[in-house]
Amino acid sequence: MNFLNDMLQIIAWVSILLGSVLVIIGALGSLRFPDFWSRLHAASVTDSGGVILLLVGMGIHSGFNLITFKLFLIGVFLFITGPTSSHAVANAALVSGIKPTKKKQKISGNDG
Amino acid sequence: MLRSILTAIFLFLLWYLMSGIDKTLTLGLGVGSSIFAVWIVRRMENASEYDSLKVHLHPIELFKYCIWFLLEIFKSNWTVTKVILSPKMGINQNMFKVPFSQKSDLGQTIFANSITLTPGTISVEVEEDHFLVHALTFLPTDHEALAEMNNRISKIEGNVTS
Amino acid sequence: MIGTMPHLVFLIALILLFIAMILVLIRLYKGPTLYDRVLSTNSFGTHTVLFIGVLGFLSGRPDFLDIALLYALINFVATIAILKFFRYRAIGDVLIKRESKK
Repeated sequence: MNFLNDMLQIIAWVSILLGSVLVIIGALGSLRFPDFWSRLHAASVTDSGGVILLLVGMGIHSGFNLITFKLFLIGVFLFITGPTSSHAVANAALVSGIKPTKKKQKISGNDG
Repeated sequence: MLRSILTAIFLFLLWYLMSGIDKTLTLGLGVGSSIFAVWIVRRMENASEYDSLKVHLHPIELFKYCIWFLLEIFKSNWTVTKVILSPKMGINQNMFKVPFSQKSDLGQTIFANSITLTPGTISVEVEEDHFLVHALTFLPTDHEALAEMNNRISKIEGNVTS
Repeated sequence: MIGTMPHLVFLIALILLFIAMILVLIRLYKGPTLYDRVLSTNSFGTHTVLFIGVLGFLSGRPDFLDIALLYALINFVATIAILKFFRYRAIGDVLIKRESKK
């Protein structure tokens, strides 16, 4: 039992550390990428992987109680609102006329 | 009516779990505010002329989809991480159309949000029967991957009644 | 050893999150277009939510999570409000019609 508990704690730590590394990678990407459309993708690394790993890590660390429920609720909110605001920014940029880079752009027909 | 009562009970449970206090006054305020919220929502539903399609999501399919989707997220996280950390970033941006086959608004929302939540692809615009999707590292296999996601979400969405 | 370990882990996570927030702030300052700035504001908000959560665990008071939850909601509303304002020049009721595609 004690061994299992330690095992869970170690999983929680690894998950938290990995999550913060993903968050910092996302921030680094949003600094390094050359144009707006690619920065959009860097932000979504933070929004998906970083949030999942950090919240799961904190949830395992706290055991199973009201705190876990609150973490779950934060996760659900971030999962619904994160993509929605990403989409809103992308759509507003498209409407306002910021075009993706011309190099490889082809709005192809129905080849999907 | 049953739906309203269930919503009120759900809201009250949410209140109780968020506060964690079981004094009579707090619980009473919780009951009052959840009934008030449900009443407002009912009024708003009567006032709006927009009626949406009713869908029942399959719980088992939804669960299977969640597992699959988590794996997808970590795979594409790894892809985007490699792109960010490589000194010469191999970006191959592309904007392409992805057709969807969901009939209800909820199904389409789930599909669009799933596309955006996966790092590397973002849904930019909704048209009549397809999304406009922007990809960071575009490969021709992306069409098949997104078509598979579309099929899985269509499976979640059961029979649609208006 | 296993008693002090969580402290260290949360401290490292807090420092990494802090560095990430500073990087996002640099993008907020440099961002050539408005949409870069809105994007980094939104991303800064997500970082703040995680930061508050980790800080709560580090200081042993996970009640901070309530604040984080509230912050997540406000952050979403703020992003949408900013975008709506710059698209329609009004926060209140606007006659929303689809822009013509080019």
